Amino acid sequence: MTYLSIENIGISFTRNGRTNEVLRDVSVKIAKGEFVSLIGHSGCGKSTVLNIVAGLLKASTGAVLLENKEVNSPGPDRAVVFQNHSLLPWLTVRENVSLAVDKVMKGKKTKAERNEWIDHNLALVNMTHAAERRPSEISGGMKQRVGIARALAMEPKVLLLDEPFGALDALTRAHLQDSLMEIHGRLGNAVIMITHDVDEAVLLSDRIVMMTNGPSATVGEILKVDLERPRRRLELVEDPTYTHARAEVLEFLYARHAKPAIAA
Amino acid sequence: MANTSSLGVTGPAVVKAASAPKHRAPLVTMATIRQIAANLIPPVVVMLAFLVIWELLCSRPGAGLPPPSRVVTEAWDIIAHPFYDNGGTDKGLFWHIAASIQRVAFGFALATVVGILVGTLIGQSDWAMRGLDPIFQVLRTIPPLAWLPLSLAAFRDGQPSAIFVIFITSIWPIIINTAVGIRNIPQDYRNVSAVLQLNPIEFFTKIMLPSAAPYIFTGLRIGVGLSWLAIVAAEMLIGGVGIGFFIWDAWNSSHISEIIVALVYVGIIGFILDRFVAFIGNLVTRGAAA
Repeated sequence: MTYLSIENIGISFTRNGRTNEVLRDVSVKIAKGEFVSLIGHSGCGKSTVLNIVAGLLKASTGAVLLENKEVNSPGPDRAVVFQNHSLLPWLTVRENVSLAVDKVMKGKKTKAERNEWIDHNLALVNMTHAAERRPSEISGGMKQRVGIARALAMEPKVLLLDEPFGALDALTRAHLQDSLMEIHGRLGNAVIMITHDVDEAVLLSDRIVMMTNGPSATVGEILKVDLERPRRRLELVEDPTYTHARAEVLEFLYARHAKPAIAA
Repeated sequence: MANTSSLGVTGPAVVKAASAPKHRAPLVTMATIRQIAANLIPPVVVMLAFLVIWELLCSRPGAGLPPPSRVVTEAWDIIAHPFYDNGGTDKGLFWHIAASIQRVAFGFALATVVGILVGTLIGQSDWAMRGLDPIFQVLRTIPPLAWLPLSLAAFRDGQPSAIFVIFITSIWPIIINTAVGIRNIPQDYRNVSAVLQLNPIEFFTKIMLPSAAPYIFTGLRIGVGLSWLAIVAAEMLIGGVGIGFFIWDAWNSSHISEIIVALVYVGIIGFILDRFVAFIGNLVTRGAAA
């Protein structure tokens, strides 16, 4: 059953009288609880797709349907975890989450319930110990955790992750990927994640949407990753399904749709 | 995870730090004294050297200005009795300075409110920016005192005219810095607010003001400095109680020593005002402002 439907979206930007088509005819259907990754070379418009789903950009053609209703402006039902965390530096970790909770849950929950909900979400990402610290006082990985907690606390129908771990070192990234898998297993949100990391895409996703190069980028191929959950990265290293999926994505990215600039 | 590992590192370090002062407590005190002395000695030495040179230069017969020793003896009355009040403009220095600070407070507070609102407007709207910027660029170069005759004509009274001069002097840096601060709000913060569907008032108070606060306080510091510069000059012209009038009055009665004492006060108060705004800025932005 389709939960979120991206239907034939395209977008063009006009600058100095020249129109540049960035996306053409991008269609993806996502089921409830499904984890979908968007992968492609940089500049192919992955982030643009995500921003259109988030409502931060307006598509020139096509539409995004969430539970069969068109969405074209931003809202907490499609919470975004931004690549550079986007925490407000003048607020503590807790205040950053409570800004979202107090805004989104006002009227639905009492003050006490909201406080409990904030604590619950901080605990979910293991950030309770640093709740009173400011973003400048915590590490990059911790900031990204808080960003995830803030997004999850809005109880979004779809969680949008824009290269959430791109700026982190490999060890921290692996750790956060495990946390994300565990949280996704527990909450079952639909997730769209942008990544340029093949292993990350295969490890986390139910399906991987591979995008062709721009201009006029579109969906090149969709790969289903048939791996049991919960997944454990160590066991997967030797798993034939995993290695096959990995090879498929690599083949798409570097053989069939190699970036011209890199190929040259 | 990070918590336990950091505990493991800080554990022994804390023990070391705690045991150190037990054995060598006097050494720490010496170091502290040396630290204070290192900061205190240079300004004291320079100050003394300055006073000695001044004394030597102005002690010769026929010198135009009094040496510091004569300044103190001649102006001892106003140094020792800052609080006397004989009615009219015959008051102690404290009352003159209080009157000046009050004018600055009114004018500057007004400029702060209007400046931040107008700055936000031209920071947010390209249309307002294009429309108002040329006017502001011309208006802000007008020297403060040039506004005084106009405001006297409009208000027909010294007090509101002086306040207006303060207002019009200090508002430009506040407007311009606020606008730059608003323009520099990262797109990420705007996206966050869009996803949360903050209304314009929530966006203004929760995102714009805190994000632009370091810029706004830079503007406020420049503004308060300019208003203190302007008030002395304005008061010389409008009369009444105020440090500017006090200086002008002392000049007319040839009390050069009193002028010098008043200048010292003006300098110190200007310094305190600047530090006060910087202190509030630090408090509000939690150290993010310079």
